[in-house]
Amino acid sequence: MFGVFCYYYSMAVIKVENISKHFGTLKAVDNLSFEVQAGQVFGFLGQNGSGKSTTIRMLLSLIHPSSGNIELFGKSIQKNRDAILEQVGAIIERPDLYPYLSATEHLQLFAKVRKKKIEASNIQNTLEKVGLAGRAQDKVQTFSLGMKQRLGIAIALVHNPSLIILDEPTNGLDPQGIADIRALIQHLAKEEGKTVFVSSHLLSEIEQVAHQILIIHQGKKMVEGVTKELLDPEKRIVQIKTTNDELALASIRTGSFGKYILPRKEGIHLKLPTLEIALLNESLVKAGVAVLGIETKNSLEDYFLQITSNA
Amino acid sequence: MWSLIQIELYKIFRRPRTYIAFGAIAALIVVIQLGLKIDGDAYAGFLMKDINDTLTVDGKVLNGYLICYILLQLLLVHVPLLVALIAADMISGEANLGTLRLLFSTPYSRTHWVIAKFIAASIYTILLLIWLAFLALFVSMWIFGTDDLFLMKSNYVVLIEQSDVLWRYVGAFVFASFSLLTVTSLGFLMSSLSSNSIGPIVGTMSAIVFFTILSTLNIPLFNLVKPYLFTTHMNNWKEFFDIKVNMDNEAIRGSILNIAKIKTSILVLTLHIILFVTASVIIIKKKDILS
Repeated sequence: MFGVFCYYYSMAVIKVENISKHFGTLKAVDNLSFEVQAGQVFGFLGQNGSGKSTTIRMLLSLIHPSSGNIELFGKSIQKNRDAILEQVGAIIERPDLYPYLSATEHLQLFAKVRKKKIEASNIQNTLEKVGLAGRAQDKVQTFSLGMKQRLGIAIALVHNPSLIILDEPTNGLDPQGIADIRALIQHLAKEEGKTVFVSSHLLSEIEQVAHQILIIHQGKKMVEGVTKELLDPEKRIVQIKTTNDELALASIRTGSFGKYILPRKEGIHLKLPTLEIALLNESLVKAGVAVLGIETKNSLEDYFLQITSNA
Repeated sequence: MWSLIQIELYKIFRRPRTYIAFGAIAALIVVIQLGLKIDGDAYAGFLMKDINDTLTVDGKVLNGYLICYILLQLLLVHVPLLVALIAADMISGEANLGTLRLLFSTPYSRTHWVIAKFIAASIYTILLLIWLAFLALFVSMWIFGTDDLFLMKSNYVVLIEQSDVLWRYVGAFVFASFSLLTVTSLGFLMSSLSSNSIGPIVGTMSAIVFFTILSTLNIPLFNLVKPYLFTTHMNNWKEFFDIKVNMDNEAIRGSILNIAKIKTSILVLTLHIILFVTASVIIIKKKDILS
């Protein structure tokens, strides 16, 4: 325990080196490498089917990598699986649980598989933390998807792990629930010093909590970096809505704004300096384009869409 | 490991499905006992119609011991199907539910989980057998009383003294536990191969039916493999009720006619259990958990 504790504050908690996973001819994960530092909230982004869950399953040794190495807390997961997983709490994809057991029974059951003793008060506290204390004795078959998701998170937290892996934790939650989980993730990292690895395709959620992000597409790493650095506040992404998109695009391409066009399947998107948005509008009006609206965005979601549409 | 077994037992006995088998056995036994209580004399007369001219039997033929024998003959063929309902669902049911990934991402190896699940399923099987023994033997003894056990075999009759019967039932139930644990391990193996609940249950039942037919058919080609089929040995609990006789054709108390057959059967069944469970562990260890 002491060894893990010392390690925790000095090096990468997760170190993934060149892992690949093939299912027959399908390359689900392709030569992926990344590191997650202690105390970080690490955002793992990708569209559905991009390889996020396969990667997470490999981190938890549920799937055997075709090649590459995975280290958690500085030790190989293949060789030190049991000791490592004692320090990890995880939810993976859907919150699948036992319908005939209550929330408390679930936590009691999963507390039992931990080597350290977990007090009944911990179980109650964990349920309160995820907002399920009021339904503690109800069977899971009466729960909504959002409540199951909360219970899944509670199971991941009940043994007070150092590393928390959350795969799509806001699936099925209402806006209040999403905000609660976001606050919980921030609390776990800031107040409790946990390392949180969180995956999602709801990119707007990740950008608000993650220190570092990695975008994966078709199993390959597209980009990795510090969230703040990846977002360029000097430039904004704008979506232009007109009555005649063909005319608008032709006008933009022939003018000085052509270099700002972003390749997107639908709509007209440009990434340009904030001060030039008004000039763009003016040039379109002069070209006889009726501009219905210019929607400005500057979120990770646009960044994500840009990366994946270029792939 | 004990924690894992406790967890698995807890899950088994919290599921309503678990009690179907207990209910089904109770219902069948009660119906048969009721029928024999009401019309038992006619049934006994039918059983003995061929020997009534040559043999006079004193005492109560239709006693609790005979009722238990009749019940075991009827039920031990069908109980494996009830065992398969739980055993074949132990791994695949969790894969289907999506909870297998929760279990396999805990700090216990897959081997630990698989063995704990097998032990839990085995405890369920043994409890089912104890339930069967309680209803078929002790309740029958209570309702019908006890006397010497008179059995009609294919071309001879066996008469076992009342005081020489009970230990034979203990032996028969212990033997039956090996038979049913073989079914449990087969269901378990099927369960490790699939990610849905129905397939392994149907697969286990089909395998039992298939091998039982092979064991029953008297075709020279099949006779070569018969000694190695678990189904050939599953019904050998009856050997406990074949007794040696002396030169005067009198039953030798406390004897078993063919004890070697029982030992061979237990060995074959045990080897099957080890084979099926080992195969399950290897399959699960190598498997990618995608459910």
